[in-house]
Amino acid sequence: MTTITETMTSDHRHCDGLFAETETLIADGDWENGAQGFAEFRKTTEHHFAVEEDVFFPDFEQRTGQTMGPTRMMRMEHEQMRQLFSELAEALENRDKDGYLGFSETLMILMQQHNMKEEQVLYRMMDQVYGEEINDLLNQAGSF
Amino acid sequence: MLNTAHLSLEQAPPISIPFRFFLTAPLFGAAAGVVLIWAGDAAMVSRWSPIVLALTHLITLGFLTMVMCGAMMQMLPVLAGSPVPGAGPVGTLSHLALSLGTGALVHAFIQGSAGWMKLAVLLLGVGFGIFAVAVGLALARVKLSSPTVTGMRWALVSLVITVVLGALVSVGLFGVVSLNNLAAYTDLHLGWGLLGWMGILLIGVSYQVVPMFQVTPEYPKLMQERLTPSLLFGLVGWFLFETGVIRGYWSPLVPGCWMLLVTAGYPWFAGTTLRIQRLRKRQVSDVTLRFWRVGLIGILSGYLVWLIGRVFPDAATAPRYPLLLGILLFLGGVFPLVNGMLYKIVPFLSWFHLQNRQLALGAFHVKLPHMKGFIADREAKLQFHLYLAALFLALAALFWPVFFTRPAGAFLVLTNLMLGYNLLRAVMRYRGTKALLNPLDSH
Repeated sequence: MTTITETMTSDHRHCDGLFAETETLIADGDWENGAQGFAEFRKTTEHHFAVEEDVFFPDFEQRTGQTMGPTRMMRMEHEQMRQLFSELAEALENRDKDGYLGFSETLMILMQQHNMKEEQVLYRMMDQVYGEEINDLLNQAGSF
Repeated sequence: MLNTAHLSLEQAPPISIPFRFFLTAPLFGAAAGVVLIWAGDAAMVSRWSPIVLALTHLITLGFLTMVMCGAMMQMLPVLAGSPVPGAGPVGTLSHLALSLGTGALVHAFIQGSAGWMKLAVLLLGVGFGIFAVAVGLALARVKLSSPTVTGMRWALVSLVITVVLGALVSVGLFGVVSLNNLAAYTDLHLGWGLLGWMGILLIGVSYQVVPMFQVTPEYPKLMQERLTPSLLFGLVGWFLFETGVIRGYWSPLVPGCWMLLVTAGYPWFAGTTLRIQRLRKRQVSDVTLRFWRVGLIGILSGYLVWLIGRVFPDAATAPRYPLLLGILLFLGGVFPLVNGMLYKIVPFLSWFHLQNRQLALGAFHVKLPHMKGFIADREAKLQFHLYLAALFLALAALFWPVFFTRPAGAFLVLTNLMLGYNLLRAVMRYRGTKALLNPLDSH
């Protein structure tokens, strides 16, 4: 059986990879490929957020009756990360290497601790709550 | 049902609690350098000299334990979803008692004063007592345990044992109570402090922070699940075997062979960390990573030197042999791991608190500094190089004490002052930005 934990964790690793590749390009001063890498990273991560915010979280909130719990906190952290995406985009635009690397360092830690909370707590909670019915939800997310 | 509070970061203690622990540590580190300059080559005579005892405790209590206690209070709510009850008063009292107690202890060693020693034992006993009860409660309340939480639990148990053994040894040392085999009890105190409190805590915390800070693969599951409980079991066994030796039940070979097994866990951990760091996705240069490499190599070299001492017992009887081990493991091992970690914890904590505040106030007109805006790479790198100089000079001082002891002390002062300056600047930047976010609230 596929689980939310497995599916979404591998998605996190995919985003991490894009993030790290972009950061290396920028550090090496390769702005052209760096800009492309950043766009790809941002798009992929936004898609991941959208799957959570528009499919997983509302369904989970409805099922458990919790709207103020962990999902609220995760949405807030998505907002924090979006703010950093804008900072990164601005640094990229200005070709400000130090700025980019400073914000990417910040984003990296925020992202990693956010991922840990989702992987170690929230996804496991969701897998527990849904059991076998998880496939419906995953299909819904897949067509998203 | 799982506890949703796991995900909450709103229960983190006021930022001033961890910060005061972090800012105090470099002062004790610098004090160790001053003692080294003052004592000169007399500091390189024997592990039992009062100066070496003072130096060791300035580093282990004043620097390392200081940071570790502050970080533990900060991390518990974030990593384990369990805030330390009464974090404000507990942090204030234990920080004060730990600072004054370390000062009193160092004074007691250097002056050979039984009165100061009693005061030190009292202060440290109270400080660690409060800390252990509050952090112990928080750890007991964790709903969903993890290898990091397990590590923290066994580290706290080790801390309590270390403190009790330390108190026993210190009163024995000053003839307050008669304690046969003072040396054996001192080794137990040292072993529980280094291998238990520091070793187990660092291993447990690494499971979370190494993948998080450096985007490395996870530690192997087997290690995460088994290593820290095995180490605690190993230390308990060592304690019992050592007590048997003290009572004349069996030969010292018994705990000796046992420890060969137990200590193998540390190079396993250090080697694994180096390996997963090599596999890290993130390739940009990083001061913390450099500190960590030095620390892990320090641990591996310390282990090797220890092993050589077991195979060739004659080498281990040289008076400077334990000093070499101490320099490699404390100054070359644990110190850089803790120092490197501060460069991630302090800027991230600052940014994180500010951003939460910004979201709460909706004050988006203020541009928050990024992590490197709190501590710049250049300054952190300079401190790293000063640290490296202190470490290599301290090693050289073992062989040429007259030439190198004072320079080692001088660089120890410099690297700690630079660290203190870097941390202080981060805190000032934090305060300045916070004031911009909410000009009405100057607190």
